[in-house]
Amino acid sequence: MTDLIERETAAVPPAPVRAAGPRSHYKGEAFARRLRARHAAERRFRRAGAAAVAVAALMLVLLIGSIAARGASAFWETRIRLEVALDPAEVASGNYTAPLRRALHAQFPQVTDRAGRRVLNDLLSSGAPYELEAMVARDPAMVGTVRTVWVRADDEIDQLAKGHYRRDLPEGERGLSDAKVAAADALAAAGALAQGFNTTLFTAGDSREPEQAGMGGAIVGSLLTLLVTMLLSVPVGIAAAVYLEEFAPKNRWTGLIEVNINNLAAVPSIIFGLLGLAVFLGFFGLPRSAPLVGGLVMALMTLPVIIIAARAALRAVPPSIRDAALAIGASPLQTVLHHVLPLALPGILTGTIIGMARALGETAPLLMIGMVAFIVDIPHGLTDSATVLPVQIYMWADSPERAFTERTSAAILVLLGFLVLLNGVAVILRRIFERRW
Amino acid sequence: MQPTLLALTLVLLTVIGFLAGRSRAAASVGGRVAELHSVPSYHGLYVALWAGLPALLLFVAWTASEGWLAMQLVLSGLPDRLTAGDVQSLSLLKADILNLARGISTGREPDPAVAEAARRYGALRDLAGWSLLAVGASLAVAGLAWGRHRIGPDLRARPAVERVVRAALVVCSLVAILTTVGIVLSLLFEALRFFSIVSPADFLFGTHWSPQVAMRADQVGSSGSFGALPLFAGTLLVTVVAMTVAVPVGLMAAIYLSEYAGRGMRTWLKPTLEILAGIPTVVYGFFAALTMAPAVRAAGEALGLDVSSESALAAGIVMGVMIIPFVSSLSDDVINAVPQSLRDGSYGLGATKSETIRQVVLPAALPGVVAAVMLAVSRAIGETMIVTMASGLTANLTANPLQAVTTVTTQVAALLVGDQEFDSPKTLSAFGLGLVLFLVTLCLNVVALRVVRTYRERYD
Repeated sequence: MTDLIERETAAVPPAPVRAAGPRSHYKGEAFARRLRARHAAERRFRRAGAAAVAVAALMLVLLIGSIAARGASAFWETRIRLEVALDPAEVASGNYTAPLRRALHAQFPQVTDRAGRRVLNDLLSSGAPYELEAMVARDPAMVGTVRTVWVRADDEIDQLAKGHYRRDLPEGERGLSDAKVAAADALAAAGALAQGFNTTLFTAGDSREPEQAGMGGAIVGSLLTLLVTMLLSVPVGIAAAVYLEEFAPKNRWTGLIEVNINNLAAVPSIIFGLLGLAVFLGFFGLPRSAPLVGGLVMALMTLPVIIIAARAALRAVPPSIRDAALAIGASPLQTVLHHVLPLALPGILTGTIIGMARALGETAPLLMIGMVAFIVDIPHGLTDSATVLPVQIYMWADSPERAFTERTSAAILVLLGFLVLLNGVAVILRRIFERRW
Repeated sequence: MQPTLLALTLVLLTVIGFLAGRSRAAASVGGRVAELHSVPSYHGLYVALWAGLPALLLFVAWTASEGWLAMQLVLSGLPDRLTAGDVQSLSLLKADILNLARGISTGREPDPAVAEAARRYGALRDLAGWSLLAVGASLAVAGLAWGRHRIGPDLRARPAVERVVRAALVVCSLVAILTTVGIVLSLLFEALRFFSIVSPADFLFGTHWSPQVAMRADQVGSSGSFGALPLFAGTLLVTVVAMTVAVPVGLMAAIYLSEYAGRGMRTWLKPTLEILAGIPTVVYGFFAALTMAPAVRAAGEALGLDVSSESALAAGIVMGVMIIPFVSSLSDDVINAVPQSLRDGSYGLGATKSETIRQVVLPAALPGVVAAVMLAVSRAIGETMIVTMASGLTANLTANPLQAVTTVTTQVAALLVGDQEFDSPKTLSAFGLGLVLFLVTLCLNVVALRVVRTYRERYD
């Protein structure tokens, strides 16, 4: 069993240990050396264990830290101040670009050539005219007057203002022209460049332009998907757990169901995506990219998690509760529904929330059923095309613009925030309702 | 709109049924409720079930078959020149009809016969919706009346209701079985179609993978090439890297936490490790692609090595980090299951703590640890997002972790993301890969879960 110990004990003479003479195994230089070596090994082993924990913790810190460092600045966006003169004729024809450009060019009277003006035009987000249009819609009195407005800057200017471009690099390596840098610096010097909280990030749908892209659509899609998942998997999961734990006879058939559920919990998530593609889209002909289908797939995926958690919670209710209920004449079903289930509910709820948190972070199966499409609109129903937060992260991570890296990290932070919230609720519920029998 | 209307009607009728049943039960014994076999609310539930259940079953069956039936009716009315084609053109025709009926433009001027079919299809669906509403509502009313008629002092309402509830419970527990059956059947069915095009031997042992099938039959590469060996090798490589990270770190962390760490330390270190398990895989993928891959590449360059920017090493390391908590929490369980008497025996012989752990606890826990590693391997093989985001797409048969490889899951995702043509070997090959993936992970899981269970029983 233990070669080290055996080696030590095998050498022990059969005579009483205390009577050992000068040649005893437990005295002298050799013994002290062996003991030191063994204690050193003990310390090494212990340090290795501590190092393993430290490595894991370090990776966690590195993971969260690197993402937070990248994403924190995305919660701010850069805006440009312009003195816009709104010409009624232009407003009537829907031309909101011209007033913005005029106002911008007025800030740079020295720039008169076409190329220079084009550089200036590129400072503004391509969504700026729509912003102005929305402002006019809110306040029609603006037309015909000169107003100070703040409109969104282009993502390159935004990144420059946040210091994400290296100014010391030559123009070619920097990826941003000197002319734009100079124009942005001039605006900043005039106090016409400011940063504010980025509401676009939370309210807008997806966009090809980083500064106009938001995760509003993805958040709504995630909520819709999660709603379907919850409505399906929670009742079915609890019902299945009640049957298996309280009513099912212990035979081969229920043994098979049990093995099956345990295996299902360990099936790779992408397989559920294939199932969804073949059955829900292929066989039943449900629409692609719909939260309904995403929710169905997620429900099948979280079902085993919920069943396992619910069974554990039901098992924790002591048999005396059941005996008492049965003794005063309750039927088996009444016993379970009126007494056992309410007592197990906090535990079931905790397991359910953890299952939902897993469904919220899952990506792979949704790629299979087409929730990875580029969708600008915010979904309004269960069969609208939608995407979810993790998939949005996946798509943004693939985008080449450096502004999208920042947005991806911010989206990850929001997703992690939701997960912390869900798990926090689970922990609090467990603390409140924890009961020792 | 009609389904919503029907659902509302059904809810309303069920509530009415409950109230009617309850009051009738009380009335049937002149208010002396104790004379009833069951309490009045069970009579209410009895009537409610009669009102709601048959109509609900009809609703489900009807909705499931309605679209198909309407399509068959419409197709039978079309001229032969349209319906005579093969399976593909037929499914295209169906899609056209569906889109036209929903008012989505197909982008081209529709054939007048198809437009007419679409109109008929829409009319049929509309008719079916209204008739379902009518039939469903009358069925519910009839059920309500029948249930109410049966109520009397001798009606055994509670056992009847309980039978229905128990049947519902059984059905719910069968959903899990149905899911497995669905997975197996859908994978098998599509994979068999794939294997009728590409022979299984070529698929499993071929060394060239290029699933891109050319559009025209006479082009180069028109057949595609489906030798999945490089994919299996790539998966294995990434898994091996992940395991070399996860197993030592996870196991040592579990040992430290369960044998060395004090109670206070454990209470906050364990949840910290578990946070790693709760982080979505897409986040790990982003981390692997943006932080780990450049770091590995820079480290390799500093050592004078040629590292691909999508190296298997970076993906594997991050996947290993993801699996650390998985290995450590499972190992923690099995280490804690080793009886204290074994440890005490070892200490009594004079062994140090680490000697006890290495030579007594771990050998005793070995089956459980092996099972934990097997479950972790199954997790690593099936993990999709990290490899999709951080490893390459080109199949590369290599054992060098510094090069880019592709994995089974990456390919499944790549083949099925975006628009796909059904019935092309490219799409179907994803199901072939899925079947292999499912079978391999299933074997690992079944064996590991069995080991864990017998092991748990041994020390209980």
